[in-house]
Amino acid sequence: MSGPNTEFDPKQVASLDAEAIDAMVASAMVAIEAAGDLDELKAARLAHSGDRSPLALANREIGALPPAAKAEAGKRVGQARGRVKTALEAREEVLVAARDAQVLQAESVDVTLPVQRTPIGGRHPLTTLMERMADVFISMGYDIAEGPEAEAEWANFDALNVPPDHPARTMQDTFYVESPDSGVVLRTQTSPIQIRAMLERELPIYVVAPGRVYRTDELDATHTPVFHQIEGLAVDEGLTMADLKGTLDHLATQMFGEGIVTRLRPSYFPFTEPSAEVDLECFVCRGASVGDPTNSCRTCGSEGWIEWGGCGMVNPRVLQAVGIDTERYRGFAFGMGIERTLMFRNGVTDMRDMVEGDVRFTRAFGVDA
Amino acid sequence: MRISLSWIRDLVDIAHDQTGRDVAERLINAGLEVETVDTVGAGLIGPIVVGKVVQIEELTEFKKPIRWCQVDTGEGQPRGIICGARNFVEGDLVVVAPPGTTLPGDFTISARETYGHTSDGMICSERELGLGDDHGGIIVLPPATAEPGADATSILGVGDEVLDIAITPDRGYALSARGIAREVAIAYDLSFQDLVDRPETLPAPADDRAPAHCASDDLEACPLFTLRTITGIDPQAPTPQWMKNRLRDSGMRSVSLAVDITNYVMVELGQPLHAFDLGALQGTVRVDRAKPGETLETIDHVRRELTSDDLTIRDDRGPIGLAGTMGGLETEIGDDTVNVALEAAFFAPDIVARMGRRHRLTSEASRRFERGIDRALAPVASARATELLVELAGGTYQGMTAVEAPMSDRAITLAQDLPAQVAGMDIGAATTKGKLEAIGCTVEAKDETFTVTPPTWRPDLTDPADLVEEVVRLVGYANLPSTLPTAPAGHGLTHAQRLRRRIGTLLAARGMSEVLSYPFTSDAESDALRWSDDDPRRTSPSLANPLSDEQPKLRSAIVPTLLAAAQRNIGRGFDDLALFEMGSVFLGSAGSPNPPRPGVDARPSDDDWAALQELLPQQPMHVAAVWTGKRALKTWHSDGEAFTWADALATALDVADGVGVHLRVESGSDPTFHPGRCARLTLADAVVGHAGELHPGVIEAWGLPARACAVELDISALIAQAPEVQVAPDFSTHPVAKEDIALVVASEVTAADLEQAIRVGAGELLEDVTLFDVYTGDQVPEGHKSLAFALRFRARDHTLSADEIAAARQGAIDAASTLGARLR
Repeated sequence: MSGPNTEFDPKQVASLDAEAIDAMVASAMVAIEAAGDLDELKAARLAHSGDRSPLALANREIGALPPAAKAEAGKRVGQARGRVKTALEAREEVLVAARDAQVLQAESVDVTLPVQRTPIGGRHPLTTLMERMADVFISMGYDIAEGPEAEAEWANFDALNVPPDHPARTMQDTFYVESPDSGVVLRTQTSPIQIRAMLERELPIYVVAPGRVYRTDELDATHTPVFHQIEGLAVDEGLTMADLKGTLDHLATQMFGEGIVTRLRPSYFPFTEPSAEVDLECFVCRGASVGDPTNSCRTCGSEGWIEWGGCGMVNPRVLQAVGIDTERYRGFAFGMGIERTLMFRNGVTDMRDMVEGDVRFTRAFGVDA
Repeated sequence: MRISLSWIRDLVDIAHDQTGRDVAERLINAGLEVETVDTVGAGLIGPIVVGKVVQIEELTEFKKPIRWCQVDTGEGQPRGIICGARNFVEGDLVVVAPPGTTLPGDFTISARETYGHTSDGMICSERELGLGDDHGGIIVLPPATAEPGADATSILGVGDEVLDIAITPDRGYALSARGIAREVAIAYDLSFQDLVDRPETLPAPADDRAPAHCASDDLEACPLFTLRTITGIDPQAPTPQWMKNRLRDSGMRSVSLAVDITNYVMVELGQPLHAFDLGALQGTVRVDRAKPGETLETIDHVRRELTSDDLTIRDDRGPIGLAGTMGGLETEIGDDTVNVALEAAFFAPDIVARMGRRHRLTSEASRRFERGIDRALAPVASARATELLVELAGGTYQGMTAVEAPMSDRAITLAQDLPAQVAGMDIGAATTKGKLEAIGCTVEAKDETFTVTPPTWRPDLTDPADLVEEVVRLVGYANLPSTLPTAPAGHGLTHAQRLRRRIGTLLAARGMSEVLSYPFTSDAESDALRWSDDDPRRTSPSLANPLSDEQPKLRSAIVPTLLAAAQRNIGRGFDDLALFEMGSVFLGSAGSPNPPRPGVDARPSDDDWAALQELLPQQPMHVAAVWTGKRALKTWHSDGEAFTWADALATALDVADGVGVHLRVESGSDPTFHPGRCARLTLADAVVGHAGELHPGVIEAWGLPARACAVELDISALIAQAPEVQVAPDFSTHPVAKEDIALVVASEVTAADLEQAIRVGAGELLEDVTLFDVYTGDQVPEGHKSLAFALRFRARDHTLSADEIAAARQGAIDAASTLGARLR
């Protein structure tokens, strides 16, 4: 390194003239542009920006210039080094990006290969549908009531105004536990939960009770001996059949969507008076198949309506059996088949699919029906 | 109840443009469930005509007897027709389908060569014409029904419509043309002439012999008994075709004129009748309970043992009929009966129902009696039947004997505005009165109430609510407004309900599929599960009437019913399974030989209600799961991974975590599981379940892949211990200190015991301990294993010093040494 130019030395330094500096920059630019990868760029940096590069050497000469020339030469060399540095950075950015892209390219895989997945599970659609129906009522202020599946015959029949030897007992083919006279049956309906609710809860009562029930039917495409219902019961002052109808309309809309048409049809249940069947207008044919053999409908059997459940005003005799003042209180009650609801709503055509436990059935529903 | 539209039209003046479906619609809206509307002879296209059989030639050279008939069909020249039936003779009127006519089932008749002749048409049976099920032979029309060549369709009622109506138990009156017609008249707002009010045309009794005598010895069970005597009927007299048609359309076969008349009047009016052969009766016909030990052979040729619960019709010899249910064989009318005694009575519904159940016997009569028939109808109906026997069979009426108890007062007091109050719509008092009168009630107004006396044919009307239903259904349920009641503020799901939902979601999220299996099992399955003879799970109740004798018991565990579901899936080609079920199980005894039966007139006492609960078995909620095959399948980059006992245990622990309780895991010995791979799960010192690999014997019994695993958990017990409120954690932010220790212990020392010792020894500075390695091999002595644990220490209020950490670590090692552990 040259020492500081403390003494005046009028000698011109050729390499600091403008042309020479421009030539150094031009040479650097060519080398930088020519660098095809980061290694070549490293070499170019060393050659044109390193300690021994022409510009670095030129920079050192500045000190030897006469004071009058220093400023101009310093400015010229500084700008030249700046241009080279900028070019190096720009080129490096390009080359780094190219290298990174190449690395990622090299890491590419066939994403269409099957990947390892945990087999999906699912909740049974009857379970989730019961929850969904219950939630409609929860949002209306109802509570969920429960009761045992092996139930006292008294609660399943007697208290529901089905006396012994009444033909209504034979309407529902009953499983008797241990013996026909043991006093215990597998509940044939969720209605005994009404009796429990009325014996155990404070008035007014607004409850729904989803649950499993049993009747001695053989399993086929439309029957199963073990099935599910959701029971509803409201006991309050001044309840009416219009309230019952409004409640069922609301449930139907929640389950099947706006525009679903319901029909109450007079019927008979010992525990309700007046009683009704709840029908839904067939939402496949909308009644168009009735009496038209060329346009038969499998969903409703060309009847135009499908039976959904039973309902009515709680028979005052039932209120009496649980000690509720029939002068002051009235009630309504309803019971819907969950299997039927699933069949209509989700297009299940064979009851056996619901009971056999085939994983393909449940998995298809995931965790919500 | 099946009834033809033409019969209804005969009784009610419905407009001509109304079809069977129109009438059905009206009836459905009134509460009579019309299930189907069929057309008689649907599918029959083209003429059918009356033919007279002029000549029959028996062809005997074929495998079965065949007839070559000459039939006059009014065309001058008789037609030659081949016929295989034999229930007709020369001179009979038959029904002929000529060539070109198409029968139901799209079968077109053509003149064809058969049995050596050209058969120019077909002589038809009921079934071939789609009229009914009777295939006993071809149709033989009563003599002089029509001339040969006459159109047979109108004679047979072809094209008439038949309504099939499901009658609910409360509407016994609708098991008759009379009852249906009344409902149709109300539905169309037409006037109704009750058949019962028509003037009687019964002739005065002849005086040549005394009528058979009758008595009722049990006026509770039989408050009305009548017996009419008719003599000299022609046993050969045919049933007129119109009556045959109506019986056929109502689903009854024609038997003989006398029997057909009793059936016809039953369907017409709703009163079952029974005709005895008068010559077979011995002494007074009376009604009384059977005496123990008596037997009766009924007309279905079954000899029945009777008890004092049975109500019998009797004469001097003993029982001759089961009241209201079925007659006895000895006194049945036969082909040669000329003198009959015609019984018409009222029997108590519950008694007939009980007899029907005990003898497993229902009949058209018992269906009506057990619903309750018109209390006043018996003499009217038997008069109608007698008229028909006199008119059609040429009988002579000899008079009636009868016994009757007084009818009770059935008046009901009805608040005039009750129908409106219950319905929630405007129903005026005049409307209420009008509707009640239309169904036959007498209604007297007094102040704000009506005194309503229901008609004798409506025993179902006993309470104001019954009257309300009648009024509202006739006003029309379709007119009800739709309103929503306001329930009081609710409570949402209970804690237990929330937790059960959470468990289901948690298991599904683990990749498991929910199954809802039938909860039926058997002792054989208990054996296959390797339960010992004194295992309490064997005490679950049995069903008295199981669907299958092979599965009479209610399950006490879910695993067996879930194994069956696994087996089914495997049979369908799905070997890699993770199934779960949540549901009730049944434990302990159920029922009693003399169960309490509280009354229903008032709330049961607390003791009575408790006694009813005592009858029930315990019914805790369980969750169970079964795994077979692989949890991760073999793929292009992995060999897959089988389900193991650890999946079962992890699932149980996850469920417990989800509920918020901590299960203690110990080595278990449930015989259903692999003896070395079974975890017993306890909570608060009670065993709440087991998890692990199934015993190879169980796996074999259900035909599952090797190493199948299962868990069964009493979630009622878990939920009972679950905290209702999760208390917020309180954790330190001071630095953690991590220490690993590897301990060598004898093989039989469990990981859980060692971990517990470490926790106790390390003291309260220990934040967490995790086992991260298990080693057996050269580096440790025979019969020993090395377990490596990662320990995390942290203080609540300061940074731990090296001395504190060393002391805690040493404490853990010292405590482990009590189990024979030494630092590796």
